[in-house]
Amino acid sequence: MSIHHIRVTINGKLYEGDVEARTLLVHWLRDSLRLTGTHIGCDTSSCGACTILVDGKAVKSCTMLAVQADGRELLTVEGLEQNGKLHPLQEGFHVEHALQCGYCTPGMMMAALALLKRNPDPSEQEIREGISGNLCRCTGYVNIVKAIQYAAQKLREPQPEQVPAGSGGGGE
Amino acid sequence: MIPGPFDYQVASSVAEAIALLDQHGADAKVLAGGHSLIPLLRFRLASPAVLVDINRLRDLEYMQEADGTLHIGALTREVDLEASDLIRRRYPILADTARVIADPVVRNWATIGGNLAHADPANDHPATMLALGAQLVATGPTGQRLIPIEQFFTDSSFETTLQPNELLTEIRIPAPAERSGGAYLKLERKVGDYAIAGVAAYVVLDGAGHVTYAGIGLTNVGPTPIKARAAEQLLRGSTLDDAVIAQAARQAAAEAQPVSDLRGPADYKRAMVETLTMRALRQARSRATGGA
Ligand SMILES: Cc1cc2nc3c(=O)[nH]c(=O)nc-3n(C[C@H](O)[C@H](O)[C@H](O)COP(=O)(O)OP(=O)(O)OC[C@H]3O[C@@H](n4cnc5c(N)ncnc54)[C@H](O)[C@@H]3O)c2cc1C
Ligand code: FES
Ligand code: FES
Repeated sequence: MSIHHIRVTINGKLYEGDVEARTLLVHWLRDSLRLTGTHIGCDTSSCGACTILVDGKAVKSCTMLAVQADGRELLTVEGLEQNGKLHPLQEGFHVEHALQCGYCTPGMMMAALALLKRNPDPSEQEIREGISGNLCRCTGYVNIVKAIQYAAQKLREPQPEQVPAGSGGGGE
Repeated sequence: MIPGPFDYQVASSVAEAIALLDQHGADAKVLAGGHSLIPLLRFRLASPAVLVDINRLRDLEYMQEADGTLHIGALTREVDLEASDLIRRRYPILADTARVIADPVVRNWATIGGNLAHADPANDHPATMLALGAQLVATGPTGQRLIPIEQFFTDSSFETTLQPNELLTEIRIPAPAERSGGAYLKLERKVGDYAIAGVAAYVVLDGAGHVTYAGIGLTNVGPTPIKARAAEQLLRGSTLDDAVIAQAARQAAAEAQPVSDLRGPADYKRAMVETLTMRALRQARSRATGGA
């Protein structure tokens, strides 16, 4: 079984480590790096709780090997907040009461972020499609949709401070 | 769950990928989007000794028309098919298919080549490719060979006629004739699920409105993707009126081999194949005659 030395930029910071080929990316993030904001909700790649951005594209990090992330740029939920200020998505989830147990929330926000990067002004239908790979067992989605609409509007307004560079935007 | 142990090698060129496959033979598996393979590894339903990662082969990600053929690189992601203006405009049946596969996060990584090479009867691209009469390019140590799609799948689920040292590198689809059209319709229990049943239909008409080519492919109603040959035969030479469409739809349902499972009883699935075939053929006719 091969062991690989990988170098990965996560939330703007460089991480290095040795991983077994079979280590799933989500396990490396959670167990080795202690970035436990990214959750695991299933064994079947269905729930989206583990969604992060890799080179700007959303991925279920339980369905990618850690070794595949070598040399890439990742954004996890821990990277949303900047200098103690919540990201508009986090603010939206708070204001619109878009979580109950909160288990799905990190993945939901990362899928929403990917959607808003591609489509800054999505319709309700487009939001529902955009998060259709992310399951929430609590909220019924209504307030999640509102939270994403809140963030979309806020992100479209001219911002004094920009969303950080290197936050996984811009694609590959 | 955590996959069993394996070695991992990343290929930096098609030639290197093939050399690695040739070296390791049946012990190796190609890793493309990983969205069928990694779940299998996690459930330990597959235990290859070596994974050959082809994700860095950007030269296998393309869609272009040349010499009356659409060429799609095997590593093209579903998200790119779905968003492509060329595909939406000229090959709406392919856009229909890509956008009902899994969910948008999965589609960011899932590849068209992996979808075909996995030969899962529940996957959506095989039916569409059977309807379109696609050809697949397999590249091995001694060069390329062309495999017509109907010779790509075998009689067993999850099996293709690719050799262990061959990479699926390209999918070729005939460019649309003047009066041609197709559609893919999928019935699913919930968003992102595999099909209860799916039907792809593609027709080419001559100037007088007679069918010169008909292709019908069925998803998830048998052990393999199914080409409904007898239904196609009924359509050929016809004027594609509602009566012949209804007859072909009944025939396609007869050619389905559904089994009862969590997605429904076999009879229900067969009935759905009939309904979906009817609707897909009507939409194909409408697109072939200038409609949407
Ligand atoms: C939650 C979920 C829902 C899904 N729903 C659907 C759905 O509704 N419809 C659908 O069609 N699919 C669905 N899928 C499957 C998804 O589309 C897979 O991505 C696809 O089946 C395989 O493509 P891949 O690129 O991920 O291939 P991989 O998983 O990397 O590979 C699959 C198989 O093909 C082989 N392979 C891959 N590429 C090549 C190549 N170029 N040459 C030779 N062999 C190759 C691999 O060795 C492996 O055996 C779903 C997946 C998930 C996780
Ligand atoms: S943990 Fe459920 S999709 Fe990754
Ligand atoms: S808030 Fe509990 S799963 Fe979404």
